[in-house]
Amino acid sequence: MSLIVNFLIGFFILAGAFLCLIATFGVIRLPDVYTRNHAASKATTLGVMFILVGTFIYFYSFLDHFNSRLILGFVFLFMTSPISGHLINRSAYNSGVKLWDRSVRDDLKTYNEAKEKNRF
Amino acid sequence: MSLQILLNVVLAFLWMFIKVSYGPIDFIKGYIFGLLVIFVLRRYFQTRFYVYRIWSFVKLTLIFFKELLLSNIAIIKIVLKPKLDMRPGIFALQTDLTKDWQILLLSSLITLTPGTLVISVSDDNKILFVHAMNLGEIETEINNIKNTFERAILEVSG
Repeated sequence: MSLIVNFLIGFFILAGAFLCLIATFGVIRLPDVYTRNHAASKATTLGVMFILVGTFIYFYSFLDHFNSRLILGFVFLFMTSPISGHLINRSAYNSGVKLWDRSVRDDLKTYNEAKEKNRF
Repeated sequence: MSLQILLNVVLAFLWMFIKVSYGPIDFIKGYIFGLLVIFVLRRYFQTRFYVYRIWSFVKLTLIFFKELLLSNIAIIKIVLKPKLDMRPGIFALQTDLTKDWQILLLSSLITLTPGTLVISVSDDNKILFVHAMNLGEIETEINNIKNTFERAILEVSG
């Protein structure tokens, strides 16, 4: 039993750290704001969540301490991180940051142009 | 739904008052009996029996976790690939959802799922503009989102 718990803790902490590392690589490597935001907003969410779960299991099984703040942090992270990703993307798009030049299509641009045309 | 839950709590308190014992165990017993009563009388309520809705919410959460894991695997694959050969783009997604909280939930779900990120919602709340990391066939992607998330959200609210 203790062996399984040890293994779980190690797995969660290492996987979380690995995901955060991947997110960093993604932010450095990917070409434009939007694709970087993909890496940053997804991989770090799950990475930090894994680290929190590993910490929670550690404190619960070894020190017999049920830390509800970790669970709250988990839930808050889950609720807020997609919205922050969305807002960064939206403000980047509205202030005219260009897509990567190898992007395939842009439906939002056609939608905005149609809206402008209808207004005047 | 909230009316049924409130009624259930009231029935649990009624049970405690009838038994003249006020422990948490008695509350739970009364809650279970109240649940039985509400299940028997379910055709007098306007909405569905509320346990179904809680169950579909649990299902939605499970879908959420599954998609989060898959999206991270997809991100790892793209980032660690030696050549950057993905084809990003923005596509429009028509949605059937009408209420604000449903659209909020849908866009959060889309943002945390494989290779998609919501950029903007149109003014009439009918179109979501989604940035996709790897734009394959748009039709299949839209159908995926529709079949999994929209149906799950509609099940929670319906």
